[in-house]
Amino acid sequence: MDLGCGNGDLLYLLAKEKGAKVQGIELNDSAIYECVKKGLSVFHGDIESGLAEYPDQSFDYVILNQSLQEVKKIDGLIHEGLRIGGKIIVGFPNFAYLWARWMLFFRGKAPITPSLPYRWYDTPNLRFLSVSDFKDFCREKNLKVKEAHYLGKKGRILYWANLFALNAIFVVTK
Amino acid sequence: MNKNGSVGVVKTKYFTFAEPSGPLVLESGRVLSPVTLAYETYGTLNRDKTNAILVAHALSGDAHAAGFHKGESGPGWWDVMIGPGKAFDTDRYFVICSNVIGGCKGSTGPSSINPLTGKPYGLDFPVITIADMVEAQRHLVDHLGIEKLLCVTGGSMGGMQALQWVASYGERVRSAIPIAAALKHSPQQIAFDEVVRQSIMADPAWRQGEYYEHGQPEKGLAVARMIGHITFMSDQSMEEKFSRKLKNGQYNFDFAADFEVEGYLRNRGDHFVRRFDANSYLYITKAMDYFDLSRGRLIPNGKVLSTRFLVISFKSDWLYPSYQSQEIARELKMKRADATYCELPSTYGHDAFLLEVEEQTTLIRHFLDKTLNGYHVAESNDI
Repeated sequence: MDLGCGNGDLLYLLAKEKGAKVQGIELNDSAIYECVKKGLSVFHGDIESGLAEYPDQSFDYVILNQSLQEVKKIDGLIHEGLRIGGKIIVGFPNFAYLWARWMLFFRGKAPITPSLPYRWYDTPNLRFLSVSDFKDFCREKNLKVKEAHYLGKKGRILYWANLFALNAIFVVTK
Repeated sequence: MNKNGSVGVVKTKYFTFAEPSGPLVLESGRVLSPVTLAYETYGTLNRDKTNAILVAHALSGDAHAAGFHKGESGPGWWDVMIGPGKAFDTDRYFVICSNVIGGCKGSTGPSSINPLTGKPYGLDFPVITIADMVEAQRHLVDHLGIEKLLCVTGGSMGGMQALQWVASYGERVRSAIPIAAALKHSPQQIAFDEVVRQSIMADPAWRQGEYYEHGQPEKGLAVARMIGHITFMSDQSMEEKFSRKLKNGQYNFDFAADFEVEGYLRNRGDHFVRRFDANSYLYITKAMDYFDLSRGRLIPNGKVLSTRFLVISFKSDWLYPSYQSQEIARELKMKRADATYCELPSTYGHDAFLLEVEEQTTLIRHFLDKTLNGYHVAESNDI
């Protein structure tokens, strides 16, 4: 289950390459058309109100790829995600990336980075979090981090992720 | 791809079944015999009989969904969607459309001759339900030798029939596309239908349904249709179509039709009484009001269905609002059915299912591709 599946590129890959049985939820009109063109099954709607009907543990994985930072009630969504699915895969842009710090500290401007490409007035992001922030969140909410992967400009980041990662991907369970 | 393809000149066919030895037993327990269904087909049934699509019509529709009848200028009611290269591509699919029982366009209904009396049924015609309509269609599908339908689809009451097919014969339906439909009629929908029925029955010419020797209750039926047309449009589409435009450029200071919208409604009403039986309007609206597949009646608990769904609603439709399609979608989520729900941003109101061709075509073409062929067609349109 991909929450905020966009054009469905990821779901399509998972269905085609991995033979996964996939489902998505997306709010954007034209993105929904793109998903249907790919043969995907998607619900047109808001990810925060669209999960209640699913029975417990309907999915093996729930994906929140680049959509967490746009969510209003993070807590509730993670909780719902872990009710309908066994594991949540969360991907988000790292606000503590070196260049973001640089922009804020030396230029005194809201950071614009490859993973946070928006200006302050047109960003859809409601939340600005770092790798460390998310780890703290998991600790606080008793979520188990099963895997953590960090992506920089040129691929995987193995050390100092909070400083060098553009994007982080966590796999969490209850 | 020929986008404007037409299926050309078509003829309505008739299938009669349920002879007195084996009558059609209705949901009410009453029986109907014999039963005739008027139907049309477009495209070619393939050898495996896996490409059949059943199109179900709405309240005032008929079997003539596409193409032209000889000597008529107007095409079938869903011609924009059915034909070569269209959403229901007749180069690929075999499309069937039949007039519902209770109707007046060739299928058995209250205006048909009651074999017991030799006169039109009138109110002796049994009250029918959407499930009864589907049961009759099932006989037709059997008659055509089709075990499994690739798709059942329709807008409004047609969408209800699509859902009823899933409830009655889910294993015979590979996919369903209910458009601008609902899992059950809401009190508001029942209320509109009741006003519509009252306006027919209040016309003295209705004569308790036995008007066939005297002529239709035209006044009542016309008002009924006018009410209908108001509910089929949206505030915005009426503004765009009529605004406050006057027919003669000035107020008449009488009760003639001053405004274009009045003229339009009167015109639609007058037109309608020439082509539709008043009693059929009563029976069909009643069937819609009885419709209720909520509370697990669409897919029974524990039943796993392989049917795929594409549920479509329209933002400006206030007669069958999006929340009703979302209810269908919610029910499907609960039953873990393979389903897609999409709300199209149309301003046409309920009529949008007849008018919003482009978006519906995109969604339906790809959905049917996937149903028939799986993921591999996603990157190409040529099969």
